[in-house]
Amino acid sequence: MKTPLLADGSAATFWLPEAASTFAADHDYLYYLIFWISTFFFVVMMGAMAYFMVKYRRRKQGEATSDIHGNTKLEIAWSVLPTLILGVFFVLGFRGFIDTLTPPANTLNINVTAQQWAWSFTYPNGGNDSILVVPVGKPVKLTMSSVDVLHSFFVPAFRAKRDVVPGRYTVLWFQSDKLGEYDVLCTEYCGTSHSLMMSKVKVVSQEEYDAHLKGLTGCQDGQSLAECGGVAFKRNGCNSCHSVDGSKLVGPSLKGVYGTEQPIVGGPAVIADEQYIRESVMNPMAKIVAGYPAAMPAYAGRINEEQMGALVEYIRSIK
Amino acid sequence: MSATTIDHSPSHAAGEHGHHDNYLVAKKGISSWIWTVDHKRLGIMYLAAVILFFIVGGLAAIAVRTELMNPTKDIMDADAYNRMFTLHGAVMVFLVIIPSIPASLGNFVLPLMLGAKDVAFPKLNLASFWVYVLGAAFFIATLVTGGVDTGWTFYTPYSIKTSSSATIALLGAFILGFSSIFTGINFLVTIHKMRAPGLTWDRLPLFVWALYATALMQVLATPVLAITLGLLVLERTIHIGIFDPVYGGDPVLFQHFFWFYSHPAVYIMIVPGFGMISELITVHSRKGIFGYKPIAISSVAIAFIGFLVWGHHLFVSSQSALAGSIFSFLTFAVAVPTAIKVFSWIATLYKGSIQYTTPMVYALSFLFLFSIGGLTGLFLGSLSVDVHLTDTYFVIAHFHYVMMGGTIIAFIGGVHHWWHKFTGKNYNEKIGVIAAIIIFVGFNVTFFTQFIFGSQGMPRRYWSYLEQYHTGHMISTYGSYLLAVGLFLALFNLLASLRNKGVAPERWRGVSLEWETATPPIEHNFESIPVVTAGPYDFPEVRAARTGNGH
Repeated sequence: MKTPLLADGSAATFWLPEAASTFAADHDYLYYLIFWISTFFFVVMMGAMAYFMVKYRRRKQGEATSDIHGNTKLEIAWSVLPTLILGVFFVLGFRGFIDTLTPPANTLNINVTAQQWAWSFTYPNGGNDSILVVPVGKPVKLTMSSVDVLHSFFVPAFRAKRDVVPGRYTVLWFQSDKLGEYDVLCTEYCGTSHSLMMSKVKVVSQEEYDAHLKGLTGCQDGQSLAECGGVAFKRNGCNSCHSVDGSKLVGPSLKGVYGTEQPIVGGPAVIADEQYIRESVMNPMAKIVAGYPAAMPAYAGRINEEQMGALVEYIRSIK
Repeated sequence: MSATTIDHSPSHAAGEHGHHDNYLVAKKGISSWIWTVDHKRLGIMYLAAVILFFIVGGLAAIAVRTELMNPTKDIMDADAYNRMFTLHGAVMVFLVIIPSIPASLGNFVLPLMLGAKDVAFPKLNLASFWVYVLGAAFFIATLVTGGVDTGWTFYTPYSIKTSSSATIALLGAFILGFSSIFTGINFLVTIHKMRAPGLTWDRLPLFVWALYATALMQVLATPVLAITLGLLVLERTIHIGIFDPVYGGDPVLFQHFFWFYSHPAVYIMIVPGFGMISELITVHSRKGIFGYKPIAISSVAIAFIGFLVWGHHLFVSSQSALAGSIFSFLTFAVAVPTAIKVFSWIATLYKGSIQYTTPMVYALSFLFLFSIGGLTGLFLGSLSVDVHLTDTYFVIAHFHYVMMGGTIIAFIGGVHHWWHKFTGKNYNEKIGVIAAIIIFVGFNVTFFTQFIFGSQGMPRRYWSYLEQYHTGHMISTYGSYLLAVGLFLALFNLLASLRNKGVAPERWRGVSLEWETATPPIEHNFESIPVVTAGPYDFPEVRAARTGNGH
């Protein structure tokens, strides 16, 4: 293992964002090594070019130039030197890469499901959330899959990225020693709302993490069923396609939808009652509302009955 | 003294006496252009088409940049934006950059440089042009059938699921591939079989070497693209289950197939630019090239190694660590010959007689921009650094520095270099240089900023973005407007010269064979077969230095 970052991490620089994972120090070191060596060679090359441009500018037409065809020593030097430097870049990049692909044995395992256009994180106790909450100072392993098209899980502050591919698992691990909240971005183009497929990773204390985990399964004491459904609505990423204020996103807005008649593609209109809402969540392809794409993934097997009931109650409550 | 001697012996000149009209007026009427087998006319037709599509792709780029001025919606919604960046990418790659230097400039100049009457298969050349037009028509058709929103890379399974006109665009790219293969075969045979007496391989202009390496790649790589796109069309229409995981296919297999073509295609796009720069720097600094053989051989070496690096597009795609490491290693291997070329071009300036003509300003601009494009490739070739940078604006900036700062700048420089040969007219030098400088400044403002906010984590293909990337995007958008002003100024300057009367005097005094023929060239290029007795860069100024009577 490499020396971990200082516990308080490091701030953003001109070129790179805030660094908050144990990989970041190695990554940033190599980035800046390449940066300064490249800058050095660029200045030397452009300096030589600028010098020649001034010194050998044409003074009179037809002036003799020079009959030079090459210089073996110079050419060997400028072939060998870059080869050696590039060899160093390769080795350092290779070592850092292998570290990012080799999780330690004692990881906390969290499953990630990507879909157009939301992230869903499933914790060891079966709870689901649309944001990633992890304990500080613990290695975390994400086992990721996609229900539709390619996505890519990217946390700039962690210098970590891995494609999420339908039909197979991909794995990404990291350890953050720095409390805070960091952006999660999708970096593989996935259609209409690709640029809105964002989430957060919150690095919290072990106690906060444990408390968060408890709160994920089922409704809380003192919470109304509709409030509980509202939380489930966000955690399952429903809000990335369905507004609750009447504005049109990818899917229909759910404002005041309960009890109204909905036009259906290739079939008679239906009343949006409890049964229809349940079917639209569990098996959305059964009835597509006219004017909207058939884009929603099925949630059958991904949410339990308690959550389903809470969701129905929440949708009833949006007036 | 000239580097070549024209053989005026009666046996060669039999039946060739008398005045010959130049290729522009030798035959008249629209159909004499539509059915022409004259490589020069086809080169001009390609040039016109490439410039037209460059304007289409460029306007799409301006629309994309304008939308990105602010973090949320500016002028179009997300679906329109996705179609716009796809249009920009697909048009620029398939309709502009790939045919730009080889099919337009190369078509016109290659037979002249070889001392040949035409390419080896003139009718195949004509077919290549019209196949290109047909492929382009498919692309344009998608504009009226609702557009394509897959990105120019057509990654599966999104490209299978999307309801946009992807099938039409795929067929268009499939057809365009054949145009590319036809031109490649034609150039290979022409270079092998139609060189003038005395024009040995080590006397070929480096532009010819570059076209040769390019043609090799076009012939070997393009069929793979055709097969890949064909499979994708079948996947979309009859679900054969090769790329779609729903039917047991593998979406990552598509990426391997796609980049197996498209990485060599990167070299199909840049290697002709290398050749162009070798011509510009030598002619406009009156110097022989520094290291002729390393430059010539490295084009072929790059073409070869270029086939073995496709996996560097897939470092985070779930490709195995072993494969990723091998591809990273080979990527660094291809960087070495590229670096040698740039060093050699700079060394060529040493003890030259540098004239700040419009083509030379583009050549110097190329050296600056391409060096940045090449050096930033080192970040992306390094495995651990690439993990952070891939699919961000760093990659966008990198390939624009190579593709536009490299190939397109070399192309524009080449058009200015040979404009007089094409048309017999001289454009305004002052405006030409000013336009080149505006393009240089606008380009850097547009794309250098993208390295910064790309490194900060801004992903590509985003219609909206987080507030922290706002300033960078704004600067980049203003830069793109400046860039557009420079490009239009350059175009108007060239077109304005067409209104001049008569044939203007030639200014560059090149010594390779294309300068030996009349301007504009006669229909069959040379009155008699030229015989070559010296190298392509044996300028009077160099000979003066050799014999020591320069002053």
